Amino acid sequence: MISISSVSKSFGAGERRTVALDNVSLEVARGEMFGVVGQSGAGKSTLIRTVNLLERPDSGTITVDGVNLTALRAQELRIARQGIGMIFQHFNLLSSRTVQGNVELALEVIGRDPRERKRRAAEILDLVGLTAKAGSYPAQLSGGQKQRVGIARALAANPSVLLSDEATSALDPETTRSILELLRTINTELGLTVLLITHEMDVVKTVCDSAALLEGGRILEHGKLVELISTPGSRLARDLFPLGAVTVRPGTTVIDITFSGGNADRPVIAQLARDHSLDISILGAAIETIAGNQAGRTRLELPGTAQAHSAIISDLRAQGLLVEVVGGEAA
Amino acid sequence: MIDVNSPTFWPELIQVVLVGLGQTLYMVGFALLFTIIIGLPLGILLVGTERGGLFERLFGSTRVGRVIHTVLEFVVNLGRSVPFIILMIAVIPFTRFVVGTFIGSTAAIVPLALVAIPFFARMVEIGIKEVDPGLTEAAHSLGATRWQIVTKILVPEALPSMFLGLATTITSIINFSAMVGTVAGGGLGDVAFRYGYQRFSTIHIVVVVIVIFVIVMILQAVLTYFAKRFARNSFDEKGGRASRRLAADTLTGGI
Repeated sequence: MISISSVSKSFGAGERRTVALDNVSLEVARGEMFGVVGQSGAGKSTLIRTVNLLERPDSGTITVDGVNLTALRAQELRIARQGIGMIFQHFNLLSSRTVQGNVELALEVIGRDPRERKRRAAEILDLVGLTAKAGSYPAQLSGGQKQRVGIARALAANPSVLLSDEATSALDPETTRSILELLRTINTELGLTVLLITHEMDVVKTVCDSAALLEGGRILEHGKLVELISTPGSRLARDLFPLGAVTVRPGTTVIDITFSGGNADRPVIAQLARDHSLDISILGAAIETIAGNQAGRTRLELPGTAQAHSAIISDLRAQGLLVEVVGGEAA
Repeated sequence: MIDVNSPTFWPELIQVVLVGLGQTLYMVGFALLFTIIIGLPLGILLVGTERGGLFERLFGSTRVGRVIHTVLEFVVNLGRSVPFIILMIAVIPFTRFVVGTFIGSTAAIVPLALVAIPFFARMVEIGIKEVDPGLTEAAHSLGATRWQIVTKILVPEALPSMFLGLATTITSIINFSAMVGTVAGGGLGDVAFRYGYQRFSTIHIVVVVIVIFVIVMILQAVLTYFAKRFARNSFDEKGGRASRRLAADTLTGGI
């Protein structure tokens, strides 16, 4: 649905030239919720702004819904943008217009007549749960409500793609959750493809099907979350389930077991302790529901010799679990 | 010398002041009209043709935008730096071309508008620069045209600030209109000069000053009301940002 292909973008010239995007390629499938995570300065914002060409890439192509945007002329690009909604970190609502007026702006732009605008605005405000606030001004709304208006405005013209530029970063955790739920609902009910950028792993964990890790203008990893989780050494997986720093005591081995899909609800550890008569210590664990599946990581400390540990590890691997040796005797 | 104790003194004074007031309002009103009609687009173009502005690539060429911006900057600065009395005389050929004569109230509208247009254009520029660039960006993301961005985003959002700028502009037009007596434009300034200065009637000066003061006060109050009315919605109830922004505008708009 969205295809970013070999996109590069730099700012400034000469010695002050900074590369924001370095040969970035990304595919977002139709109906998917795709999250791009990265630290601030990683190029996330530039990346999402190149998708609707608010920022024109120096090289590379952007294709949305089969249309190569980078090849379009200004007039055609405007029309194409009407099919790509966007929401912003700071909402970007008109203070001079009511909630309804802000939503209608999107419909005025595409030339709908007043009656149709009114009907569609009411419909979309109902979807985001703001019918009661239609006559309020943005200044009278909370952050979460403002973002709902932003979402309503972005969706008013029936786009097929929604871009979310740190949409929840200015919101508190509670509100963030409700906005994410709304985005997920829109994604499933309207079949909208969503590309979001964020610096919060939680956002990706809560709503995304796929994710990419952006660092220094490059994509380091990308893929479906369920697959990333079972990829050995995946940084995204580690960031999604942070288990903290490791201190390995002598005479032990520390391993990380990653559960995903079917093996998440089996009593693996209890069975392990029984089968090998081991006093296993659990050093850390993180279990979450990702894209509808139970998934998680557990860090275990195994007492004993390296030999025994190797046997245990191969036993676990035989059960289809992803095991990574973090440190200790068997490392 | 005018005889204050003459029974016809006050009726005559009222008569003279009313005629002067009428001429002032006529000149200021029309000058203001032309100022808004020309100054508003000029101000928008001034901001738009800046680097990275909405009209940076006018007619698809960066050079056109750059040239227009440079020319506008030059004209606006020139218009604002030439003293009014000199400007009024310097533009006499132009005035004569437009109105047919350079004498009288109607002719005086031309230099008054000419001096106020660059002034108001700057006010518009300040107002539009205050509009959050994020709003323009959001409009772009919706696929808005440049015209839609100007009419639906920039102007409505800058309206409060522009009203305050307008108040300052009117005040300065009234101010300059006192000088058009030089070209027989009439008006309150002329009354004060002819009766107050040339014929030593302090009362005429006092009355004229009071009348002008009252006009300015009323206009300022009305326009500030409009500015607040349109700005009301942009600010939270505490009004913190509102008062700061209004204060800032008053400062930048002050002459």
